Amino acid sequence: METKEILPKMPKSWNPASKPHKFCPGCGHGLVLKALGQVIDELNIQDRVVFGCDIGCSLLSWDFFNVDTVQTHHGRTTPVMVGIKRANPDLITIAYMGDGGGYAIGSQHLVNAANRNDIITAILVNNTVYAMTGGQMAPTTMPGQKTETTPYGRDIKEAGYPMLGPEMVAAIAHEGAYVARGSIAKFRQLKTFIKKAIENQMAGRGFSFIEALSTCPTNWRTNAEKTWDFVENIMPKYFPIGEYKVPGGKEE
Amino acid sequence: MGQVVKIALAGEGGQGVQSVAQILTEAAALEGKEILYIPNFGVEQRGGVSIAFVQIGDEKIGAPKFKTGDIVIALSDRAVRRVKMHIGPETIFVYDASIEGVEEDLPANAKQVLAIPALETANKELDPRVFNVLIMGAVIGATRVVTIEKAKEAIEKKLGYKFEKDPELRELNFKAIEKGIELVERMGVA
Amino acid sequence: MGSKPIEGERKVFMTGNEAVAWAALAAGADIMYGYPITPQNEIMQYWTRLGPKYDKKFLQTEDELSAGFTTIGGVLTGKRAFTATAGPGNVLMQEPMSMAEAMRIPTVVVIQQRGGPSTGTVIYSQQEVTLTCFGGNGEGLRVVYSTSSHQDLFDYTIKAFNTAWKYRFPTFVLSDGYQAKMRESVVIYDPEARGIQMVPTEPYVGKAGTPGKDRPAAHLRNTYNIEEELLEVLSKDIEEYERVAPEIIEYDAYNTENTDLLVIAHGVVFRSAAMAVKELASQGNKIGYFRPITLRPFPKEQLRQATQQAKQLLVVESAYGQLLKIVKDNLYGLNIPIKTLLRPGVGITPEEIAEKAKALLAGKEA
Ligand SMILES: Cc1ncc(C[n+]2csc(CCOP(=O)(O)OP(=O)(O)O)c2C)c(N)n1
Ligand code: SF4
Ligand SMILES: [Mg+2]
Repeated sequence: METKEILPKMPKSWNPASKPHKFCPGCGHGLVLKALGQVIDELNIQDRVVFGCDIGCSLLSWDFFNVDTVQTHHGRTTPVMVGIKRANPDLITIAYMGDGGGYAIGSQHLVNAANRNDIITAILVNNTVYAMTGGQMAPTTMPGQKTETTPYGRDIKEAGYPMLGPEMVAAIAHEGAYVARGSIAKFRQLKTFIKKAIENQMAGRGFSFIEALSTCPTNWRTNAEKTWDFVENIMPKYFPIGEYKVPGGKEE
Repeated sequence: MGQVVKIALAGEGGQGVQSVAQILTEAAALEGKEILYIPNFGVEQRGGVSIAFVQIGDEKIGAPKFKTGDIVIALSDRAVRRVKMHIGPETIFVYDASIEGVEEDLPANAKQVLAIPALETANKELDPRVFNVLIMGAVIGATRVVTIEKAKEAIEKKLGYKFEKDPELRELNFKAIEKGIELVERMGVA
Repeated sequence: MGSKPIEGERKVFMTGNEAVAWAALAAGADIMYGYPITPQNEIMQYWTRLGPKYDKKFLQTEDELSAGFTTIGGVLTGKRAFTATAGPGNVLMQEPMSMAEAMRIPTVVVIQQRGGPSTGTVIYSQQEVTLTCFGGNGEGLRVVYSTSSHQDLFDYTIKAFNTAWKYRFPTFVLSDGYQAKMRESVVIYDPEARGIQMVPTEPYVGKAGTPGKDRPAAHLRNTYNIEEELLEVLSKDIEEYERVAPEIIEYDAYNTENTDLLVIAHGVVFRSAAMAVKELASQGNKIGYFRPITLRPFPKEQLRQATQQAKQLLVVESAYGQLLKIVKDNLYGLNIPIKTLLRPGVGITPEEIAEKAKALLAGKEA
């Protein structure tokens, strides 16, 4: 068979008018959203999805898809999606946020939505920094990692440990929930996790949560090679990739 | 201002001041009066002095709370102290004669101060359960704010479900109303 | 299930919180989101008791941020969604309501004011006027109805849903702990039986068809790239707010012609003011009152007109000058003495107002 597709095809659910997208070159956000776009296409749910984006670099996706989209406040995407789902359970709600939005300012919403087993999907991009505000420490900044507010490296005695999101969510989530951590460095697997998460919502089983390890070359101040090395080899040492909770208990 | 009767009832939780207020306002409603009733509420769920502010009149009532009542009733020592601020030269102050150690705290500026043996009467002549209804009788005796007929009707409405199981209780309640009125009248309310 | 919560109308004796729950039901509200706080709790409690009989939903959220943002979510699906809060909860509520203001999302919020600042008291105040009218990092493009009785609470809760959906500005029913907890009579009714049409709602997201194919996708945002882009949006919203304001504005006035003293009060304090004024007027004094019912938009022209014929004003409120600030702002340029009776966090009786008014009328107080 001939492969005619040399240029990667744009997912059908993307909004061509907003492309090329607004993320920096080498940014992981675009890959996470590509995976999500393909999943929306494969599940044929473009007419049922409501995509909510947080403040953070995720806000740059406010017109990324040709799906109904609400850009909310920093940390508040989860409750907006919960509110939508509660009022109209036919919709498929996807909350898209950064690590600051999900694990710091909006952590109460994440914890409580997970505990209530709200039938929504949350996708959280872990890039170890507050990217949009210029690279300050995030809840996920690694021990020793330099950021604008930890110029000598994150000292865990002072600044505490990085937040282990999926581990926490899995620990409090209930039967029917789906929790996983993927990485843009393992695109196919990440896409599978996202697909399973949305299918879990569609089946009405429970809360689903994906953390995606991602890159921020702009704030990391890394070249292409170093950027990739960090996300592929260094981050997973602290943030292990895999499924943390699967309905029925068959984590991969 | 206007023809409004202002009543403040204060007691310990469990003495039933809020249920007295509820029955009294029910009776007033049956008379077609305008009523405004607000319980005090604070941060604590239990333990404070419970006060019911009740106003009954012919026209819409103004402010929900008032400074000085026409009749202020206190059923415990703490209640006596708590309601002092609501007593003025036009106030009839009624307290239970069995409350001890409040001599110093009794209002000096009230129109009348009446110690009525409500608790004793309820316990000895009637039944401890109807103590609060006896208090309601005292309010009616002092204010004539509702008729005894409507008061009985309201009791029937609020407590009728209890009377079905215990018909004797109905008579006890009705007697308590009459007794309460009598206790106050005997003291000679101006 | 599904039958009307109120057929025709009936006179009842209930608390203000209960009246709000009944009004929301009567208005056809679909879902309430809320977080417990005194003195608002019973709204949720009545709603959760009454709701299931009529297929109504409720979500108890993790805080008021969530209560506000989930309410926004509910509204975005085209449902009549609402929430209720007070005091510190109202502070948190300002963040979601500023989003609603920015995006013209027709939220309805009932506020039962309690004492402040901070945890203050759980009882009563009129200290949330500034917060409710101008809270959030915006221009206060909201509608705020200040109620003074259970009838108001019932009427304006219904009206709030219509105002919100007609004009698409966040709408507040501003009440207080006294009104929340007291019992008085109120006529509750089916709006239709009174000829009140509920303004139809529509979804912002999840409309029929595939976005990008059958219809454009909804791309709702509150962030703009450049100053001018924001200014353009805001200018349009401000222009619209000012244009519809005359339709929304409500007030009540009495004896405003050639008065020696015009008393200005809102909310539950207005009841005392009205009693005091009527009593003094019946004794032959030239005294009147003005009550703004909408604190936002404010009945500016009406107040200026009433004021022009008065010798002096008396502003009365259970706050230290929040209504006063609005009044002064709206009377800018008029040369009239403004006297005050400001009692933050406590009730004000007709007697207190009458006493102050008498002293002013007698020229005994400067
Ligand atoms: C209430 C509030 N506080 C602070 C901010 C400023 N702010 C904007 S984005 C952001 C951090 C974003 O970091 P993250 O959530 O990790 O997303 P990223 O940009 O890294 O994708 C902050 C603190 C805000 N918008 N709102
Ligand atoms: S700043 Fe970082 S996270 Fe934001 S778009 Fe650029 S690379 Fe991506
Ligand atoms: Mg981040």
